[in-house]
Amino acid sequence: MTTPAPSAPSLQVDEHGRLRHFLTIEGLSRERLLEILDTAESFAGVGERAVKKVPLLRGKTIINLFFEPSTRTRTTFELAAKRLSADVLTVTVSTSSTKKGESLLDTLHTLEAMHCDMFVVRHADSGAAHFIARHVAPHISVINGGDGRHAHPTQAMLDMFTIRRHKRDFSDLCVAIVGDVAHSRVARSQIHALTMLGVPDVRVVGPKTLIPAGVETLGVKVFNDLREGIRNADVIMMLRLQRERMQGGLLPSMHEYFRFYGLTEQKLSVAKSDAVVMHPGPLNRGVEIDSEVADGSRSVILQQVSYGIAIRMAVMSITLGSHAQAERERERHAG
Amino acid sequence: MSAAQVDSLVSKLAEGLRELDIRDPSMVGILTGGVWIAELLRTRLQIRERLGSLNINFYRDDFTRIGLHPRVTPSDLPFAVDGRNIILVDDVLHTGRTIRAALNEIFDYGRPARVVLATLIDRGGRELPIQADVAAKKVTLGADEHIKLTGPDPLDLVIQTVS
Repeated sequence: MTTPAPSAPSLQVDEHGRLRHFLTIEGLSRERLLEILDTAESFAGVGERAVKKVPLLRGKTIINLFFEPSTRTRTTFELAAKRLSADVLTVTVSTSSTKKGESLLDTLHTLEAMHCDMFVVRHADSGAAHFIARHVAPHISVINGGDGRHAHPTQAMLDMFTIRRHKRDFSDLCVAIVGDVAHSRVARSQIHALTMLGVPDVRVVGPKTLIPAGVETLGVKVFNDLREGIRNADVIMMLRLQRERMQGGLLPSMHEYFRFYGLTEQKLSVAKSDAVVMHPGPLNRGVEIDSEVADGSRSVILQQVSYGIAIRMAVMSITLGSHAQAERERERHAG
Repeated sequence: MSAAQVDSLVSKLAEGLRELDIRDPSMVGILTGGVWIAELLRTRLQIRERLGSLNINFYRDDFTRIGLHPRVTPSDLPFAVDGRNIILVDDVLHTGRTIRAALNEIFDYGRPARVVLATLIDRGGRELPIQADVAAKKVTLGADEHIKLTGPDPLDLVIQTVS
């Protein structure tokens, strides 16, 4: 969780208040977030029909631009594009971050020349999607599919969608975000979305070494004890322990971590009896979450995956729709 | 027009549908006005099965011109479409583009045996080869005029002049 790139809100919302890119939750109004959730709601049934497709984005070309691997995010973005009848391809780019600026722009302009309409960007560096949005041709939408430790806004929105499906109303909820907040790109997006949607009690729970300094300023309560942190919670959002991003010394051992912060049925008993447990995946079983909980009756982890497709369909069609509107206005002014 | 007049148009529509003698029909309304009319027709034709409703938003032909429409209720077809006789209901038939979109959406749920189209008003101005099997009333309107069903309680037909 690091400081965001500047001026992101004005970059993604145009002067008429339309969502042109989807880069971050920050700066988006409550109404905007609800619009995304409601649009996703109308897409949620498409996957259950005989023909799992709507013709909305027929003829559009979407490029998944992945600078770091991610099976789950990539496949759900691909499926979302296909269910909207868009043509989609995934380009995996391996790049050394030292020469990022130049090579990134070159890649970008090459792909633009192929007449695509949208980039979904996944990058290990914070602000990469913003950088691309700033330099992309005006008819192209950019969606942030996760950048560094900074943001993962479609993941946060699918989490909100999951919460709303199970709890209906945000205004009387207690939500605990548990685990590796410091290395998580989801946590920051989640906190912004939860507070903007009016959740009164948002908590972050984890060892001191994995809670970033100053996180309280985002309007959350900090707990270092798991039981205290999830007591009476309605929703528990587990984070993945980012072992690959961790430099030594932050944690004594995985075994030790599980003992204090791994979610087990026994520890879960202090939460509300109808509490739901979420996790963005992939799971570190026996590290942050016990298999009994992950596969248990209160786990909504697999539902999160299918809701992720609906959310990505919503964000793709809203941003490309904004471009269509802007295009038409330009024509009207020109004519 | 008054609510009573709308009601008599619905009766006329029901009568027209009875004459078509459709076996075991399923009823589908197009959101939002079509659903209001379909609900009334369902009661009058004594169809027990729940009403289907279509939000044709994702099937419109003008996405590349005007983008995504403001959110409305999702589509809901509470029965299997394969082999069914479907009565498709809308409030006003104009260019035929809405019906084109609705037919495409229905076929993404399955292959119906038959689809008939019932509309309260046929205002002419077709841009596609689509006609209603039953229309309760034909009206002739100027190019700058719009006819709109308001409701659901009371239902009323309003003619507006677009400036």
